[in-house]
Amino acid sequence: MAEFLQQLINGISLGSVYALVALGYTMVYGIVRLINFAHGDVYMVGAFAGYFAIKTFKLPFFAALVAAMAVCAILGVIMERIAYKPLRNAPRVAALMTAVGLSMFYQNFTIYRIGAQPKAFPKIAQVNWQFAGVTVSNSQVLILGTAIALMIILHFVVQHTKMGKAMRAVSQDRDAAMLMGINVDNTISFTFAIGSALAAAGGVLVGQYYGVVQPLMGALPGLKAFVAAVLGGIGIIPGAMIGGLILGVAEAGVSAVGFSTYRDAVAFGILILILIVKPAGILGKNVREKV
Amino acid sequence: MRAMDKNRLIVAAGAVALGIILQLLIWNGTLNAYYAQVLTMMSIFVIMATSLNLINGITGQFSLGHAGFAAVGGYFSAIITTRLQLPLPAPMIFTISLLVGGLIAALAGFLIGLPTLRLKGDYLAIATLGFGEIIRVLFLNWKYVGAAAGMWGIPGYTNFIWAYMLAVLTVIFIVHFMNSSHGRACISIREDEIAAETMGINTTKYKVMAFTFGAFFAGVGGAVLGHLIRLLHPATFSMTFSVEILLMVVLGGLGSITGSISAAILLTFVSEALRKFNELRMVIYALMLIGIMLFRPQGLFGRKEFSLDLLTDSRFMFKSSKNRGA
Repeated sequence: MAEFLQQLINGISLGSVYALVALGYTMVYGIVRLINFAHGDVYMVGAFAGYFAIKTFKLPFFAALVAAMAVCAILGVIMERIAYKPLRNAPRVAALMTAVGLSMFYQNFTIYRIGAQPKAFPKIAQVNWQFAGVTVSNSQVLILGTAIALMIILHFVVQHTKMGKAMRAVSQDRDAAMLMGINVDNTISFTFAIGSALAAAGGVLVGQYYGVVQPLMGALPGLKAFVAAVLGGIGIIPGAMIGGLILGVAEAGVSAVGFSTYRDAVAFGILILILIVKPAGILGKNVREKV
Repeated sequence: MRAMDKNRLIVAAGAVALGIILQLLIWNGTLNAYYAQVLTMMSIFVIMATSLNLINGITGQFSLGHAGFAAVGGYFSAIITTRLQLPLPAPMIFTISLLVGGLIAALAGFLIGLPTLRLKGDYLAIATLGFGEIIRVLFLNWKYVGAAAGMWGIPGYTNFIWAYMLAVLTVIFIVHFMNSSHGRACISIREDEIAAETMGINTTKYKVMAFTFGAFFAGVGGAVLGHLIRLLHPATFSMTFSVEILLMVVLGGLGSITGSISAAILLTFVSEALRKFNELRMVIYALMLIGIMLFRPQGLFGRKEFSLDLLTDSRFMFKSSKNRGA
C-alpha cells in the first residue's frame, strides 16, 4: 500500500509537468488547429533559461521561474509571427512541417551554442517528509504547488478576462470572432505566449526535480504531453490536466512493476486505445460529420 | 494515348540507361565508394518517399509511422540473413530477406491500418506516430535482435545497383497502381471521402490497401538500408526518420511521384553537402526546411507531375495531373 501511494505521488508530480506542457499544446491546437511539434523544445528552452537565470544571473528560484516564463512567452510570440502566421491559410501539413523544422532548429541550435552535454541544474536544498512510509520531497511539493497555482491562474485568465473570452471565441469560430471586432492575430499570439510560458515553467520544474537539463530533453516529454492533451480531449483545457495526471501515474505505475523499458510504449499504447475507443478524448464531445 | 506510351517507354529506357551509366562509372572508379554510397542512399530514400506518398499524397491519409515499418522490414530481413544459415547463394538469400522483410512490414501495416484508419487527419497522424514508437520500443526490448545494443554483423549485400533497381521497381509499381482503378479509388478518397463512399467505393478497403502497400515498400527500403549500414539500432528508426521521409514527400508535393523522387534525391544531396559544416549542419537544414515551407507550402511540384509530354505539347513544362483537387 505504501509502495502504491509512493508511486502515486511520484506519478502525480511527473504528471503535473506533463499537464503544464499539454496545456500549451491543447490551447494552440484549439485556436489554430496546429500540432505545434516545437512545443516540447520550448519546454527545453525554458529549462535552459531557468538554468542561466540561476547560474549566471544568480536569481532565486521563483524569480528564475518567472524569468524563464517571460523569455519563452516572447519566444512563442516570435515563433508564431515568423513561422506560423504566414501559413495560416496554407495546407495544414505545411505548418506541421514548419513546426518540425522549428523543433529541429531549437534542438540543434542549443547543441551548437551550449553543447550536447547535460548541464547540472542547481537544486534547491532537499527536504524529505515521511508520512506512513511514503516519502514526499520538497521538490515534488514545489512541482505540484506551482502547477496547481499556474492552472488556477490560467483558468482565471481564460474564463474571467476579456482576452480569455476572445481566446474562446476565436477557437470556436475564427471568422465570426473577427466580425465581432476581435483582434484575431493578437489573440493567437497571446495564446502562444501563455502556452510557451507554461511549457517553460514545466521545464524549470523538471530541471529542478531531476537536476539536469540537456538540449534533447524536450523531444520525448513533448510527445508525451501531446498524448496527454489528446487523452483528455484536445482543445479542452481541463482535459489536458486530467490527461497529464493519468499519463504520469500510468508511467510511474509501469516503472514500479518493473517494466521501465516499456515506459515510453505505455504512453503511446494508451493513446492508441483512447483514439480507437473515444477519439475525441475523455472530456471531448463527438462531433457529427456533416456533408 | 500512343504518345503517352511512347513517353513511358522513353522514361523507362532512360531510367535503365542512367542506372547502367552510373554503375559503369562506379566500376571504373570515376565515382568513388563515397559517391556510390550517397547514390545508394538516394535510391533508398526514393523507395521510402514514394511509398509514403502512396499513403499520404495519393490516398490522402496522414501517416507518421513510416519509420516503424522500415524497422520491421529491416529487422526481419536481417534475421533471415544473419540468424538463419540458408544454404543458398548470397543474392538469393538477399532477395528472400527483402521479400520477407517487406511482407512482414505489410502485415504490420495491415494490422495497424485496420483499426487506425477509422481516424482522420491529425488523429491518424498521432496514432501512426504512436505505433511507430511502440514498434521501436518493442525492438529495443527484444533480446534476440540485440535489444538496446543493436543488431550487428549484418552482411553488406546492398550495393548501388540493388538499391537502384528496387527504387525503379517501386516507382513503376506505384505509378501503375495510381493509374489503375484501385489507384483512382484511392485518389477519390483523398479528394472527398464522403463523396467516394457515396459512389460505392469501399473506403476502408482502399485505405488499408494503400497503407499495406506503403508499408511493404517501407519494409523493403528498411531491409536495403539495414544491409547497407550493416547495423540496425532502434534509435535509427525514431520519429525523426519518419519526419525526414514525410519532409521529402511534402517538399516534393503531396501526391506527386516525380516530386517525391526529386525531393528524396535533393534532400539526400543537401544533407551530404552540409556535412562540412559539422555542428551547424542541422541548424542550416532546419532553417532551410522552414524557409522552403514558408515560401512554397504546397511543395516544389504541388500535385503536378514532371512529364515528358513537354516534347509533344511544348506549351507546358509541367503536365497537370488529371485529378487535381478543388
